Amino acid sequence: MTMIFGVPLAVFMGQLLLGLINGAFYALLSLGLAVIFGLLKIVNFAHGAMYMLGAFATLLGMRYLGINYWAALLLAPLFVGLLGMLIERVLLRRIGHLDHLYGLLLTFGLALIFEGTLVNFFGVSGARYPTPEALQGGYQTGFMFLPKYRAWVLLAALVVCFATWYIIERTRLGAYLRAGTENPALMQAFGVNVPLLVTLTYGFGVALAAFAGVLAAPLYPVSPTMGSNLLIVVFAVVVIGGMGSILGAIVTGLAMGLIEGLTKVYYPEAANTVIFLVMILVLLLRPAGLFGKEA
Amino acid sequence: MTFIKKTLASSVALAVTAAMATAAQAEISDGEIRIGYLADMSGTYRDLAGPGGLEALRMAVEDFGGSVNGAPIQVFSADDRNSADVGANTVREWIDTRNVDMVAGLVASSVTIAVTRVLEENDGFGIVSASAASSITNEHCTPNHIHWVYDTYPLANGTAQAVVQQGGDTWFMLTADYAFGHALEGDVTRVVEENGGQIVGGVRHPFPTDDFSSYILQAQGSGAKIIGLANAGADTVNAINTASQFGVVEAGQQLAGLLVFLNDVHAMGLDATQGLLLTTGWYWNMDDEAREWAERYYERVGRMPTMVQAGIYSSTTHYLQAVEATGSDDPQTVREHMMRQPIHDFFARNGRLREDGRMVHDMYLARVKSPEESTHEWDLYEILTTIPAEEAYRPLSESQCKLVQN
Amino acid sequence: MATTQTMTPSMKRERRANLRRNAFYLVLIAIGLVAPFFAYPVFLMKVLCFALFACAFNLLLGYAGLLSFGHAAFLATGGYVTGYLLASYPALTPELGILIGTAAALVLGAAFGALSIRRQGIYFAMVTLALAQLMFFFYIQAPFTGGEDGLHGVPRGHLFGVISLRSNLAMYYFVFAIFLFGFALIQRAVHSPFGQVLKAIRENEPRAVSLGYNVDAYKLVAFILSAGLAGLAGSTKTVVFQLASLTDAHWHMSGEVILMTLLGGVGTLFGPVVGAGLVVSLQHMLAQSPLGNWVGPILGVIFVICVLSFRSGIVGEAMKMYRKNFK
Repeated sequence: MTMIFGVPLAVFMGQLLLGLINGAFYALLSLGLAVIFGLLKIVNFAHGAMYMLGAFATLLGMRYLGINYWAALLLAPLFVGLLGMLIERVLLRRIGHLDHLYGLLLTFGLALIFEGTLVNFFGVSGARYPTPEALQGGYQTGFMFLPKYRAWVLLAALVVCFATWYIIERTRLGAYLRAGTENPALMQAFGVNVPLLVTLTYGFGVALAAFAGVLAAPLYPVSPTMGSNLLIVVFAVVVIGGMGSILGAIVTGLAMGLIEGLTKVYYPEAANTVIFLVMILVLLLRPAGLFGKEA
Repeated sequence: MTFIKKTLASSVALAVTAAMATAAQAEISDGEIRIGYLADMSGTYRDLAGPGGLEALRMAVEDFGGSVNGAPIQVFSADDRNSADVGANTVREWIDTRNVDMVAGLVASSVTIAVTRVLEENDGFGIVSASAASSITNEHCTPNHIHWVYDTYPLANGTAQAVVQQGGDTWFMLTADYAFGHALEGDVTRVVEENGGQIVGGVRHPFPTDDFSSYILQAQGSGAKIIGLANAGADTVNAINTASQFGVVEAGQQLAGLLVFLNDVHAMGLDATQGLLLTTGWYWNMDDEAREWAERYYERVGRMPTMVQAGIYSSTTHYLQAVEATGSDDPQTVREHMMRQPIHDFFARNGRLREDGRMVHDMYLARVKSPEESTHEWDLYEILTTIPAEEAYRPLSESQCKLVQN
Repeated sequence: MATTQTMTPSMKRERRANLRRNAFYLVLIAIGLVAPFFAYPVFLMKVLCFALFACAFNLLLGYAGLLSFGHAAFLATGGYVTGYLLASYPALTPELGILIGTAAALVLGAAFGALSIRRQGIYFAMVTLALAQLMFFFYIQAPFTGGEDGLHGVPRGHLFGVISLRSNLAMYYFVFAIFLFGFALIQRAVHSPFGQVLKAIRENEPRAVSLGYNVDAYKLVAFILSAGLAGLAGSTKTVVFQLASLTDAHWHMSGEVILMTLLGGVGTLFGPVVGAGLVVSLQHMLAQSPLGNWVGPILGVIFVICVLSFRSGIVGEAMKMYRKNFK
């Protein structure tokens, strides 16, 4: 058996692949955070809760409305996106003129409300969502047994990430968005409805989180607290990539997944912590993050 | 501020109690027996003990007539959220402000060990029913608590021994990284090695864990015949589910769930669990006596009781009998009386309480039925053999408990 | 009364204000002294420990304008170090244990401060969060903390080797003294020239730089002081409850102290005390009631309301009202 630093090649490659799949989740979530931060300058602490709501919408949609997985992929993000737009209109807009730290605190409070309320109805032990039939089973690759569903997660996440990148960097709507990030007042003067743009952006950002939640539902137990610990890892990803940088969020998300996978091979206990170590190093050497512009 | 008023009232009550306690040692303090039920009411272990265990406790109190020697029995409860500091602080407050006589329930081993420290410091009394760690009556034993139902020693003795004897002689351990997991891992390692098997690897995972994929991958890479699950509750369920996603059993490895409860099997279904060997302290359908009690419980709760819930009823009844016989709620008086009385009820067979606080009784090796064998929703186990009380538990000669003279 | 004749009206006013303030402090101390006869002392001690923690946090946020999202690390460090030492060396007296725990938090604060104060705003918050996560990892792995099980059986011991702290009442007065010490220290720091410079930095950092102040040094000192006092709170808490656990190191704890400070009033001396008192009481009252599981959502709603409408917090809003109506 081929060994890499005392670890069988199969285990090594397998962990990297699992890491990449986790990285796909990080990329989706940090992408949403980065889009929101770019335009609203808010660190959205409710992002984990939105991911969780996406998974719950999927679960409850199946249980009570008979919505299947494929429909949920579309409907759950739509539902959470509308909820996000409501939140932006009713709450976030009121504090737009204040220090951005208030946005962080407000969304932190929202996360507490969403998570705590659902804990009361569903407990914390988590419910199971069945893997859709078309994606059951798996492939015997050379080094590991890869469940079909995980391969699908990787594919779906990558497609959505790069579609988002394309829209923002290559279309007219994206151009408005980027211009709004740079100078909202000027955009307003040109007749672009900036407040609407802000609302749509927030809705889109949390819809991405909800999409990640739908993808996660058959993989992990669906529980109210599933987003809260993931959230701070995703923060670290966004900071490392450079806050507000779209490409930075995607690439860093995948890269951090790989680094985490690598850590799991050699020092599994530190897997959740290694990202924070990277973050501190990056901030010391490149304060604006890997892909960010120096202010 | 009703809160201030309440605490004021209770501190006055406390002062009065203290005065009364010195006056009459052999009486029931405050003229009331107060039982505090501490358990995970909302988390991973909710279905194991949780609200159902509280109901079993209430049943025991009602069947006892609601009072002991004319002193009414009061029951209150709290959720420990599987947090050692929440548990310890709750019990400290129960002792300080409510003069609690007995703490029942006690689920996660980490919570239990923290609580028993508080009980020892304040000369309280606790009956541990749901915790698994055998260290609770070994290095962590105190004169102020006893351990009912089961612990990790017989689990290893029963399940691990049976698995090794069937040819599963190389093991990879997935261990929950806290007191219970460590105790179970230690006990299994001993049994596997004593029977000629070996542990080829293992990994300790945080409690609780949602994503077992990378651990399962390591277990697959280890080449062990058996993947031992030294965890419980949702962790075990998640691990078994992840293993099935990764085709572990198809690839020729076997899972050994060392601590699988009735509620886990019920939740996972027989398709996923059939053929699983497990050790249990009690099964609702094991004989007429057990069935009769279980059916009464079922009518109140709508689920069949786990061994823990049955054990809570059994231990509470035994406690109340001791209070009745001695006319006292002093922890040491009651404990001594409980130790003198053999325990033989619908739950425990050949039971007795040892000086380390361990209640030893017959344990059972069971096999999970296949869907074809099962006749209804709760018809889940077939009892294979009985492990006699004296063989099941750690012998006192190996005890490190400070209460045992070695 | 020769001196009164030479006083100007403004000096008189100031003197009256000082008298009023001192009288106010005396009344509060008196309330603190009799409180354990009216409420459960362990509960009061918990309030005092968290009040001190929140005051320490407020020193950084309210007076230096730095939002730390990693203060749990200092609380936990004080707690674990003190708990470990007292549990393993029975000869050690509690005050020494607390002193060493506090010193450990100070050292950690110096290291974290040096790494983080160069960043501002959200980046500062994120760096402190990341550093605190590293500490969380350390505490979950280090054998002496007991990992998920926590560190139990810390003896309360004898204060100065003489006074037994077993009784809740004795323990309470010790904790009360520690709280008064911490509070007085913060009060002195805030009203000293040092505190004035901090406020100047908070209001306008470039101007403070151009005035020739070494801004980084001032921030660092504030950070270390805040970390040390948070450690003192953690150490004391461990002695009171006789245990230290990962709850104190978790990032939720860093969030909770922000809530306490925000609710009471950022940048006011008494705000954090009021905020801590309210949050701890709320948790305590709800924990054993049927509403036990609603603590999270209720705290969340308070958070949202504070940010939307009461950004000055309870004490801040009360002071605004007082100024409007009585001056």
